[in-house]
Amino acid sequence: MDNRKPEAGTFFARDREWHPKAYTPGYKTSVVRSPQRALISFSNTLSEITGPVFGHNILGELDNDLIHNFARPGESAIGQRIIVHGRVLDERGRGVPNVLVEFWQANAGGRYRHKKEGYQAALDPNFGGCGRAITDEDGFYQFRTVKPGAYPWPNGVNDWRPAHIHFSIFGHGFAQRLITQMYFEGDPMIPLCPIVNTIKDPAAIDQLTAALDMDNTLPMDARAYKFDIVLRGRRSTMFENRKEGN
Amino acid sequence: MAQKLGHLKESASQTAGPYVHIGLTPNFAEIGGVYPEDLGLVLRSDKARGEAITIRGRIYDGTGTVLKDALVEIWQADSDGLYNSPSEMRGSADPHFAGWARCPTDMATGEFVFKTVKPGRVPFPDGRMMAPHVSLWIVARGINIGLNTRMYFSDEAEANAEDPILTRLEHQNRVPTLIGQRNGDEVVFDIYLQGDNETVFFDI
Repeated sequence: MDNRKPEAGTFFARDREWHPKAYTPGYKTSVVRSPQRALISFSNTLSEITGPVFGHNILGELDNDLIHNFARPGESAIGQRIIVHGRVLDERGRGVPNVLVEFWQANAGGRYRHKKEGYQAALDPNFGGCGRAITDEDGFYQFRTVKPGAYPWPNGVNDWRPAHIHFSIFGHGFAQRLITQMYFEGDPMIPLCPIVNTIKDPAAIDQLTAALDMDNTLPMDARAYKFDIVLRGRRSTMFENRKEGN
Repeated sequence: MAQKLGHLKESASQTAGPYVHIGLTPNFAEIGGVYPEDLGLVLRSDKARGEAITIRGRIYDGTGTVLKDALVEIWQADSDGLYNSPSEMRGSADPHFAGWARCPTDMATGEFVFKTVKPGRVPFPDGRMMAPHVSLWIVARGINIGLNTRMYFSDEAEANAEDPILTRLEHQNRVPTLIGQRNGDEVVFDIYLQGDNETVFFDI
């Protein structure tokens, strides 16, 4: 842990116009899984301000190496070797230390290791598809993997997901909990995807698109992609909304 | 021109998708050997203070079909009303109680189960006490941004009647959607994504 005092301010309000709406008929599954009544808004209480924090001691040596963490000894996953790295920031631009970042993805052929997955692309016996990291004191994380393939999915008759990696991020408060997806710079499948297009603002989609980072590429080994993630910021002013005299 | 605030935008949410288990509960997804065990399986040890209870429930879509591919996380105070979190400034929570857990819904029955303790009361920002409650976060294929709700307890009618969140709901006939039904050591809390009994979801 670092020496900074834990923060306990309330979070900036979530911009519900920036996030996808619940009901997005282009993504058909959302139609019967989207609440139809208005969300009830309230200012954060301790139940939202606090949240679980995980220690680096939960991590195994290969947790952030998807090329090897499911592979047989001496073998490795098939595919284009990449490094994904970046920072977890809050909306005030500060690195968020000690947050658990979990990621999962299809293999290089676009196939997930899951019993409900039916795509004909081959499983890779050396690729499981999951990993995790905890950010350092400046909010940095990194992992090594293979670039996932695009794959077809049952929505429209010919819908394909762009190559993507799923991310789950804890902040320091339960109200910061977030799941999102990372896309790859230059992928022509991005604008065609009904799940991407649940997001209306192109700037929000750009923010989910990792940049090719040749500066951090390992020569003769793995290309790098840089992907920063932004969590809700905390109010930094300490004046509380209380009636005078309380 | 004024100074720029310079705030960043929160990364937009995307659905957890049908294979959320690969990432968050790989052993449940039969991807063994990567992690010794899935995270969030255990909330309380035998030494945890307070009343041991089990929360069970299912999640229903707008057709009445049970979701079998969802994942639920809960977050709650210990039996004294303290959170096991660095942002908890009022004292130290029970070290034998994590306060957080995750559970994939059963692939055959859709049920989620949490073995926990009944939480104590936690103050609202103005000092009034909230009724005992558990915060829930639900993700699944077809859910574009995680759903936040709370479960209160049917055996806390008096506390519920003065809870600052429950009492502010305009439609008081929706309050029952937030009440887990206590029966002995078990509390049943079913979640309805749509319909006449649509659960109250929060923008927190």
